[in-house]
Amino acid sequence: MADEGVHYSADHVLEYPYVRSVGPTVGAFLTGLRDGKVVGIRGTGGRVIVPPTEYDPDTGDETTDVVDVGPEGVVTSWSWVPRPRPKHPLQTPFAWILVRFDGADTSFLHVMPASGPDEVATGMRVRPEFAPEAERVGHVNDILHFVAVGGGA
Amino acid sequence: MSGFPALTSGHRPVGVVSFAQHDNVRRDGEHNDVEMLLPVIAEVFGNVGITKDDVGFICSGSTDYLVGGPFSFVGALDAVGVWPPRAESHVEMDGAWALYEAWVLLQEGEIDSALVYSFGRSSPGNLSEILALQLDPYYMAPLWPDPCSLAALQAQALIDTGRASEADFAAVAARARRSALGNPKAQLAYDRSPEELLREDYEVAPLRRHALPPLTDGCAAIVLAAGDRAYELCERPAFITGIDHRVETHALGARDLTRSASTTLAGQKAGVGKAGVDVAELHAPFAHQELILVDALGLADDVEVSPSGGALAANPIMSAGLIRIGEASTRIWSGLADRAVAHATSGPCLQQNLVCVLEGV
Repeated sequence: MADEGVHYSADHVLEYPYVRSVGPTVGAFLTGLRDGKVVGIRGTGGRVIVPPTEYDPDTGDETTDVVDVGPEGVVTSWSWVPRPRPKHPLQTPFAWILVRFDGADTSFLHVMPASGPDEVATGMRVRPEFAPEAERVGHVNDILHFVAVGGGA
Repeated sequence: MSGFPALTSGHRPVGVVSFAQHDNVRRDGEHNDVEMLLPVIAEVFGNVGITKDDVGFICSGSTDYLVGGPFSFVGALDAVGVWPPRAESHVEMDGAWALYEAWVLLQEGEIDSALVYSFGRSSPGNLSEILALQLDPYYMAPLWPDPCSLAALQAQALIDTGRASEADFAAVAARARRSALGNPKAQLAYDRSPEELLREDYEVAPLRRHALPPLTDGCAAIVLAAGDRAYELCERPAFITGIDHRVETHALGARDLTRSASTTLAGQKAGVGKAGVDVAELHAPFAHQELILVDALGLADDVEVSPSGGALAANPIMSAGLIRIGEASTRIWSGLADRAVAHATSGPCLQQNLVCVLEGV
């Protein structure tokens, strides 16, 4: 038996030490972000799904061609966060926005700085603000946030 | 014994014969999940004078993400005391889906009764972060959108259609919390006017505090019984005449957030529109979602909606859907309703929905 007051300890590290391939569809989108552009994929009837999915969410049909969209788009809905949570992408008041990129038929979720709910509106035109090229890694956060095109709602 | 109603789903009448739920509280720091479940399991069996040895199947609903450990639900079986071993299953879903699995097994005819229970405590962790983990792992989860932020996107989209306003959300919340004054298990009940509620600040615009559900620790249990066994245990069983569940795409931006297509389809499959509905218990955690669900189910103006106060009065994670089925059943048992609809939801912005039609004879 150990003496009174002697404590043993061991580090316990929880990790997933593998690399996952995101495949040709999600990969095309993330690689596009790394290159500073936005792509979608053609689904049923030729509609363009952004962000791209491996199948059409409505019909289950396999999606086909990768196509360039945006980079500008239109806000299809929004919500405004007065007090960001610690893990939110922005730490000052901001809006979540659903953006339908020009040429796309579905919407993409991201964020836009907004000091009040009057600075964002459905239908406003926005464009992504990318991280500097050297910092982009092929991740949804390669887009830092969106900004209004032509300034203000 | 009074016979059985016509069935839309299945071929064997299965009734809800007993229901129990824990007091819904913001934080139960004194009990673990098993300790919270023990009195609820005792009550749900005690109501109908049976024990665990009298049911042919046990199915539970919970999520390991709350505890952060795999198979944490196995320990909860201690609340039932399954020795010698019993036929048992679990779904990583609200207990309403555990009830669905038990209903399917009861259709096969080998067993006559089942225990369904669910549990979850919102208080030990950070639900805003935990629930972000259920989202698309590449496009959404890395942004950590919380359920309230996503629900607010849905609410704004609904406002943009012109079908509802912030005042409508406040009216739903005021009615729900007023109804909850009559529910001794409710966590959040008050009598305040919609005008007063509209003076609250935005939690996430366009949702103010009143439009959000409370954070709740709780658990619930139901006993199902088939055929004649239902009448042995209950004078007027709440027979499940229709039950169905449907899911929409995880691609949030590909959905029409202002409609609930999966609820509409599940409601059609469950036969909601085949006859009049007296009462509907809807699992609408956010006020605006009740408006979407009423529309999706095609409920008439005279349907009493969520007389318990619904999820706006208590929203115990993993149990709030099962509780809707239990609350609707109590209205059948008492004779207050002959035909009730219960609804459960899961995922962001009403992504997945279960609809259950309950009828008394």
